[in-house]
Amino acid sequence: MAILIDKNSKIIVQGFTGKIGTFHAEEMMEYGTNVVGGVTPGKGGQTHLDKPVFNTVKEAVEETGADSSILFVPPAFAADSAMEAADAGIKTLVAITDGIPAHDMIKVKRYMRRYKNEDRMTMVGPNCAGVISPGKCMLGIMPGHIYNEGNVGVIGRSGTLGYEAAQQMKDLDIGISTSVGIGGDPINGSAFRDHLEKFEKDDETKVILMIGEIGGPQEAEAAEYAKENISKPVVAYIAGLTAPKGKRMGHAGAIVSAGGESAAEKVEILKNAGITIAKNPSVIGETVASVLSKV
Amino acid sequence: MNIHEYQAKEILSKYGVSIPKGGIAYSPENAKDRASELGGEMWVVKAQIHSGARGKAGGIIVCKSLQEVSDAANNLLGKKLVTNQTGPEGKTVQRIYIEEGTDIKKEFYLGLVFDRSTESIMVVASSAGGMSVEEIAQEKPETLIKTKIEAAVGMQAFQAREIAFSLGLDAKAISRCAQAILGAYKAFSTSDATMVEINPLVLTGDDHILALDCKMSFDDNALYRNEALAELRDKTQEDPKETYAADRGLNYIALDGDIGNIINGAGLAMASMDMIQLAGGKPANFLDVGGGATPEKFVKAFKLISGDPNVKVILINIFAGINRCDWVAQGIVDALSSIQITQPLVIRLAGTNVDEGIKILKDSKIDYIEAFTLEDAANKAVKALESL
Repeated sequence: MAILIDKNSKIIVQGFTGKIGTFHAEEMMEYGTNVVGGVTPGKGGQTHLDKPVFNTVKEAVEETGADSSILFVPPAFAADSAMEAADAGIKTLVAITDGIPAHDMIKVKRYMRRYKNEDRMTMVGPNCAGVISPGKCMLGIMPGHIYNEGNVGVIGRSGTLGYEAAQQMKDLDIGISTSVGIGGDPINGSAFRDHLEKFEKDDETKVILMIGEIGGPQEAEAAEYAKENISKPVVAYIAGLTAPKGKRMGHAGAIVSAGGESAAEKVEILKNAGITIAKNPSVIGETVASVLSKV
Repeated sequence: MNIHEYQAKEILSKYGVSIPKGGIAYSPENAKDRASELGGEMWVVKAQIHSGARGKAGGIIVCKSLQEVSDAANNLLGKKLVTNQTGPEGKTVQRIYIEEGTDIKKEFYLGLVFDRSTESIMVVASSAGGMSVEEIAQEKPETLIKTKIEAAVGMQAFQAREIAFSLGLDAKAISRCAQAILGAYKAFSTSDATMVEINPLVLTGDDHILALDCKMSFDDNALYRNEALAELRDKTQEDPKETYAADRGLNYIALDGDIGNIINGAGLAMASMDMIQLAGGKPANFLDVGGGATPEKFVKAFKLISGDPNVKVILINIFAGINRCDWVAQGIVDALSSIQITQPLVIRLAGTNVDEGIKILKDSKIDYIEAFTLEDAANKAVKALESL
């Protein structure tokens, strides 16, 4: 099963013919992802990597039946491209772009709400590594080979810390149903909560791992949601115990500015919701293994 | 990015928010001139640093003669002000703002911020002005008025009026206050601000509404389309090492420990810092070199970290995803051929082509301590520090 994407997903690449889009489209295709085409305004009608290029997302969806898209468009144009995808009927959009203005993201979120729940696109990112359903489909920039197929659903903010967790799990022969990188920005397309809901409904997922960090209310909101609505065991790690207040730690969203946003406070909130905490980043794999062994 | 009070007030005034008359000065003579231009019998000399709570730190001085203005300027210029927001190192005052005295009848708080829960712009107001919003939330939470703004349509006049009425203003001042609130919203929304705080917003003796103090922060990601704002950046108010790093495309935060870090990815960097602390050490910095770890990036990172006198040990932790460990290893080796480092070096590589990467490091002549996991790396860094 997996969530968001599987082997039947039809993928288009927005920003297909650019250097970064090209590189990652090739990597995704090599992994076995079904890339059916791409969009670069003004280059419609051309062929790139043996796939058709379209001027608009609408056209790409009509011609190829694409249901998912990955965005490599520069920050100044990314919000526009995300709204274009939502309007064209894309169901899952991964935005890799780092540096989209927060005011633009608020507009994108509002825009997406003009569609009914069942027609609304799920946006993952921006500023993320993407989504992978190991062995089925990779819609992202991660190294696919470190992800084993399996039963753990992963939701995380950071790219490389997510890789670290995947590698630790692989070393313990634990696999992943789907790994979702929600990104490090203050306003993101979807939150921990949205994907907890999806993993709860996914038969393949037995345990859910959340990798959070300092800043913002999303981890606490997820804890509250999980307490009431998630029957599957949840494991969490929160990065940034040593981060000072008021400093932006790399990710625009990783800044402690209000109560409940520090790592220690988040750990407490998650614990109180019955979530198992990985005490430090080197025992994420072990903690998941011990929880998984009891399922 | 933050700006100074006087710059924030200029922006406010462009959007129709009234501010007291004032002028900027760089010397005591300058300050005296500004004061005599303003006229009157009372002036406020205000230190311009990127911090709130300046009053409590002695950065705001009320003067009753031109001589007092000159003395106040003399006293403040070049001085390091330590407030509860600057950290113990404080911030140097290089410009001061001379403002006419204001007859204050009542003080209010007005703040505009992004609310990450509702993903909208939130206007926060209170009749308990002059206190910090944290203090208001603790001591007088019943005075807080929160208004959520729909980004798509912007703030409506009725919302500004509702706030003004809730603040308990008289009919005479309502429309002036509503105009100030709408102006502040316009300043926020058109300049990609992340925070606009007017504290206090005051009602004067003659029932006018003035922004007496203002702080603004802007989204760094949007500076490309706000060129005039980008020019207001004042590097003297930033940590010099952080400025150096930012100008070279590195994501760096100075901390107060002694183990220097070079890591790829913000989350992994925070996790590595946590591990150092758990191992009994203290990180000297946060440094994310990003995805493409080229030799040039490593040279810059090594220069920054090894040149820091606080750094006694350097820890490199790279999880290569799309970039490969062999490229990373070559980058480290090349960088170390052009720059000398004196500190012990712990390197942990993981991910794509890790064996090839380790081989390159071993075959090179660089002197380093090999680590295999995140935990191992932190432990070895702390051990290296202890054996110095």
